[in-house]
Amino acid sequence: MRPKLELLDKPLVERILDEAFQLIEDPGVRIAPYVEDLLRNAGVTVKDGVAHIPEALARRLLELVPQEFSLYDRGGNPVVHYGGDDVHFDPGSSCLNILDAETEQARPAVSSDLVRLVQVAEMLPQFAAQSTAMVCNDVPAEIGDWYRLLLVLWYSEKPIVTGAFSAASLHTLIDLLAIASGGGEALRQHPRAIFDVCPSPPLNWSEFASQNLVDLARAGVPAEIVSMPLAGATAPVTLAGSVVQHAAECISGIVIHQLAQPGAPIVWGGAPAIFDMRTGKTPMGAIETVMLDLACAQMGKHLGLPTHAYLAAGDARVIDAQVEMESGMSAVLGALAGINMISGAGMLDFLACHSVEKLVIDAEAIASAQRLIAGIEPRGESLAVAMFAQTGLRGDFLKLKETRALFRKEQHFPSAVIDRGLASTDGTSPDILQRARQRVDELVASYERRSLAPEIEQELIAFAQREGGKAGLEGLPGVLGSEYVQEAGLIP
Amino acid sequence: MAKAHMQENNFAAMRQSIIDGAPDTASSLAQEALVNGIAPLDAINDGYIPGMHDVGEQFAKGQMFLPDMMASAEAMRAAMAVLDPELRKLGTERPMAGVVVLGTTKGDIHEIGKILVGTMLTAHGFQVHDLGVDVAGEKFAVRAQEVNADIVGVSALLTTTMRNQKGVVEALVKAGLRAQVKVMVGGAPVTKRWAEEIGADGYAPNAMAAVELARQLMQQKSQTVVELP
Repeated sequence: MRPKLELLDKPLVERILDEAFQLIEDPGVRIAPYVEDLLRNAGVTVKDGVAHIPEALARRLLELVPQEFSLYDRGGNPVVHYGGDDVHFDPGSSCLNILDAETEQARPAVSSDLVRLVQVAEMLPQFAAQSTAMVCNDVPAEIGDWYRLLLVLWYSEKPIVTGAFSAASLHTLIDLLAIASGGGEALRQHPRAIFDVCPSPPLNWSEFASQNLVDLARAGVPAEIVSMPLAGATAPVTLAGSVVQHAAECISGIVIHQLAQPGAPIVWGGAPAIFDMRTGKTPMGAIETVMLDLACAQMGKHLGLPTHAYLAAGDARVIDAQVEMESGMSAVLGALAGINMISGAGMLDFLACHSVEKLVIDAEAIASAQRLIAGIEPRGESLAVAMFAQTGLRGDFLKLKETRALFRKEQHFPSAVIDRGLASTDGTSPDILQRARQRVDELVASYERRSLAPEIEQELIAFAQREGGKAGLEGLPGVLGSEYVQEAGLIP
Repeated sequence: MAKAHMQENNFAAMRQSIIDGAPDTASSLAQEALVNGIAPLDAINDGYIPGMHDVGEQFAKGQMFLPDMMASAEAMRAAMAVLDPELRKLGTERPMAGVVVLGTTKGDIHEIGKILVGTMLTAHGFQVHDLGVDVAGEKFAVRAQEVNADIVGVSALLTTTMRNQKGVVEALVKAGLRAQVKVMVGGAPVTKRWAEEIGADGYAPNAMAAVELARQLMQQKSQTVVELP
């Protein structure tokens, strides 16, 4: 039996949905001029930039959303399945800072930090997907979004959770993806990446977000709505009220998206949080934030849609017991809720900081969560009686062939990041941070980059040099010259 | 003696109306004060502002919460709506602590923190020009020039929009105003380190601290001799 956690009972689910439909009609949803005609042509009343979406239309469009789809790895294999109760994890996205492994202080992230994180995430099977995890402060801000993607495409074969920072740059990111996939049609057939698109709370699809929804739908590239009601500040203070707002933001986004291209893949996702009434901060580790995530995802599941949430992150500024308690707890709860993509691992300090060391610790919590949802299986015809028949009351189970045959299936073996008493015999043991650092070093050392096809590499590099050059980028930070000079033959 | 005692009681009630976040009470106490011949400036300085100060202090200690503070700010506004016109009639003005231009960064529509800072600054004698939300750096610079601002305060709730605080500093430099205008930044993801990194003059973690910071910046300004070209 697959263990499963739901926070809302059926009547409450129905009430939430009912109120969400009420909200999208009245007061309606603020939308951008870019989508006004699209909505009007479908019979939506748009007045003063506010769309009043009828429930019947929204329900009809919700029916068109694919209940499942896959993201593909570099080799064209479907390795992330959005739909049902499948659970995947990826590192948190778009962070500005990195927790420096040496100084243990946050500092602006640079390309080499992102590369290190990508290499580590590539080596960890807990992460089914990569994310464009950091904004590289050593490249011009205007190319910050696609440059992250270039580095991930260069160093990873996994699917990618990404996003654009503007309406215009979305096309640059899609172009890059198309190059890496061998063309626009190949990308459409086997999407390698999914794009986060964020409405502004409450109930506002900005020009940038509206345009992203439409353009992604038309390009056949999956979109992931990341609605982020902040309970008590930009959303009702009650958890149920914020779940209503989240549902209304998602439904209205889906309306825009499905009108642009019926049947295009889209995910019911979010990064809701409570608003701390003492500090005005938005704690990701608060249990109420986790409850919001779980309840929001449950609403998506109720509608039969693929789901996403932001969990496995914590709020302390350093790697400590608090941050890991929060991250581990929410990773486990998210997995129990059957959320298809759980983003956030590696992040701390209210999502303001990433840490590669934290990522490897989180990976252990994620592995435990994955073991948990694999559940307790009956193996063989007898559960215990047949084994007792062999050993009687002697109890020497260690000698049984069943033990040897099954222990690997029953037990998950964590890496040396988790202290299970293996580390030393003299009573001393490196602390968790030291163990994490060592693990990161080992993973980076054992990482080996696999090249893309030479013509694709050449095209990627030429593209990056051309587009980067326009913004004054010198060289390609994070990409080692030796990795592409010979292969791409750009330098004689 | 009796009158002084009555005044003290009135001031205590005014102070309490702010702490309670009770706009109706704050307003009627202000009207009563005028009827009883209490000078509006005394009502403000000895009644309402100490209330706001208490609120700020309790908030900083984690004993009051943001919704409480919003209610207190509302009560303060209600009292000032009664007293401000009287002050003008009398031709008296509160001594001004400084001129502040406030707004949230480009792309950011979250203004709760900024409203609180504006309220606390106003309560403590600053003249506040609130540009609202989603404000481009150039707009900050233009308004700072128009009102001869001492301080520009820039708020951001999101890590993505926090980056645009830098654009405000740059816009002030471009407009040639940076020497005379101090920049303070705040918002949930903002840190002291970030403030330093983008070349701002200060960061405050909450509205009460923002008042203290603004006072310090004014002091720095008065000590700095700005050489004009």
